[in-house]
Amino acid sequence: MSPAWSGGQSPFAIGSKKLGMWLFLASDSLTFATMLAVYTFVRYGSPDWPAPFAFSPSILFSTGMTLVLLSSSLTMVHAVQAMHAGDRARTVRWILATMLGGALFVGLHLTEWIHLIRDERMTPWSNPWGAPLFGAAFFGITGLHMLHVTAGVVYLGIVAAGVRRGRFSDEDVEVSGLYWHFVDLVWMFVFPLIYLMSVKP
Amino acid sequence: MSQVHAPPQGFLRRWIFSTDHKVIGLQYYFLALFSAIIGMVLSAAMRFHLVYPDAKVRLFGWLWPDGAPGGQMTPELYLSLMTMHGTLMVFFVLTAAPQSGFGNYFIPLQISAPDMVFPRLNMLSFWVTFLALVTLLAAFFVPGGAPLGGWTAYPPLSAIGEVAGPGQGLGMDLWILSIALFSIASLMGSINFLTTLADLRAPGLGLFDLPLTCWGWLVTALISLFAFAVLLPAGILLLLDRNIGTSFFVPSNLLVNDRLLDHKGGSPLLFQHLFWFFGHPEVYIAILPGMGVISTVLSTFARKPVFGRMAMIYALLAIGFLGFLVWGHHMFISGMSPYSSIAFSLITLAVGVPSAIKTFNWIGTLWGGQLRFTTAMLFALGFVSLFVSGGITGIFLGQPAIDLYMHDTYFVVGHFHLIMGVAAVFALFAATFYWFPKMFGRMLSEPLGKAHFYITFLGVYAIFVPMHLAGIVGNPRRYPDFKEFEFLASLMPMHKFITHAAFTTAAAQLIFLFNLFYSMRRGVPAPQNPWEASTREWN
Repeated sequence: MSPAWSGGQSPFAIGSKKLGMWLFLASDSLTFATMLAVYTFVRYGSPDWPAPFAFSPSILFSTGMTLVLLSSSLTMVHAVQAMHAGDRARTVRWILATMLGGALFVGLHLTEWIHLIRDERMTPWSNPWGAPLFGAAFFGITGLHMLHVTAGVVYLGIVAAGVRRGRFSDEDVEVSGLYWHFVDLVWMFVFPLIYLMSVKP
Repeated sequence: MSQVHAPPQGFLRRWIFSTDHKVIGLQYYFLALFSAIIGMVLSAAMRFHLVYPDAKVRLFGWLWPDGAPGGQMTPELYLSLMTMHGTLMVFFVLTAAPQSGFGNYFIPLQISAPDMVFPRLNMLSFWVTFLALVTLLAAFFVPGGAPLGGWTAYPPLSAIGEVAGPGQGLGMDLWILSIALFSIASLMGSINFLTTLADLRAPGLGLFDLPLTCWGWLVTALISLFAFAVLLPAGILLLLDRNIGTSFFVPSNLLVNDRLLDHKGGSPLLFQHLFWFFGHPEVYIAILPGMGVISTVLSTFARKPVFGRMAMIYALLAIGFLGFLVWGHHMFISGMSPYSSIAFSLITLAVGVPSAIKTFNWIGTLWGGQLRFTTAMLFALGFVSLFVSGGITGIFLGQPAIDLYMHDTYFVVGHFHLIMGVAAVFALFAATFYWFPKMFGRMLSEPLGKAHFYITFLGVYAIFVPMHLAGIVGNPRRYPDFKEFEFLASLMPMHKFITHAAFTTAAAQLIFLFNLFYSMRRGVPAPQNPWEASTREWN
């Protein structure tokens, strides 16, 4: 056993909060994996699974959402960097930019939801194209993800306020960054499975 | 030991909203004790009804005016008692006490840490657990009463609302909400346990130098980190099916109580997969902390180190890992592909290997030792006995061909009560007798403890061995009474015997409760290290 595990220290040479966040993300990834497994199960279990999303505008729109979300990961990287450099004001600005990206993503997503519900008549219990579970899986999975993004925006807001008042450390910003990148990473599974595999042939 | 914070002042900060790991451990312990008493009373009511199905009991009529009109228990009430008994015992007793109760109290003491690493998160997880318990018990008091579907809450009946039965309305919603809250609390707890065990060990206390108790809690925390993460979305999807109108778990064209439901395309089998992906590891969540306690107790009272310590650790890890690969053995009769049954069966039987290693090493620990038969030791020996008895029947049930016949019979009831229920409870008793001096500064009465042990030990075998026999004869489980079944008439004397044994055993628990609360105040003051144990909490 390596000496790192011999007690009196963190074996990974990181703070406890960061380890706690990693453990939470390990657990949360199982939660999303469950949702995606459910999606796979019901998709292959339904003979009339639809592929209703037209390249334009549906896929273009969701690609735009993806870009917004991924950019917010980039701004988060800048926030962590600024914090390491000890520039609190710049850190706060980058975190605010990240929150803006997250909020924009949620806004676009809700616009898409409203369009689907109102104009396309797609609900969690029915849709005009085929298996009703298509809507259930779509709203269930993207809803859980949106919940995570929304919680992340609130969380980042708390971190930004803490950084501004000088109460949070480098590592606190990094820990919130871990969460934020994780939520982005999850989207990189949701986007191909839910959108790209549902392109209208 | 260094004190990170001054002891909190005032009753509220000290006993209610405390961040002290010892107080939180006790809070979990008493929450579990309360749940165990309720759960046991429910099982006594069920056992009574099984053998006296026509009896009118005024108490039933008073407690459940709708479920037992005039004191005559309805089948629906029986099923709701069964559901609540299982849920209380599995979650709020067997998950809460061994892991969160004793784990919280003793992990920091055994690794010389000032507290858990996240004390406020710790307090939060207790209070969310408490909220979960209140939510669950509230199901008794809402219109329709408690749910009927058992602790497994299988859809479609759990997914379609009141049409499936009186408790399947609001009661079922509360049940799911309670389990979702419990999942969140367990997640917070396991993050806290794992981080504490990784970061706060005293200098020189390497990971593999941890006492086996800590290893039990560590592996259990790993299991709950991943298992509850799957139960939570399963519960959420069930709630969506019930309240939003999705059909994840409800098939098309389902006719229930003469009503055609408009759900479409879902699969009840999907829920079973998700539930048992959690549900099987849950069995190990209940038993692994106990295994750690038993190893420590046996070695302390045999005056010998644990035999094969490293093998014990690897066996815990192996059981924890294999536990995630065997969920399908709960589903052999579900209509799942028989080919996957073979795979699940093989891995299930493989769990027998690390389990046998543990049993062998417990016996090896005793071999040639200078045994001291304290009450804690007796309960530890009882644990080993029950673990073997319940484990052997697991090898029967792990084989699809036998399980097809046995699955819906009392054989399964006998099996899981011995290995998961009573064995884990014996570990709790052993832990209570062993650590009581540390927790309350006084000794529990040994004569009362021994009387309690012998009656309970004989009692549980008298209850659950006959259930195996009833199962082999084909006695179905979950039936509220056996009046209609001629072929079961000859079993009635045995069922009466089981019921009387159950009442006797339940009465013996009063000895324990008296011992516990009396000794807390009036017990003989405990010396610093009454058992001459070697772990850090005594020194």
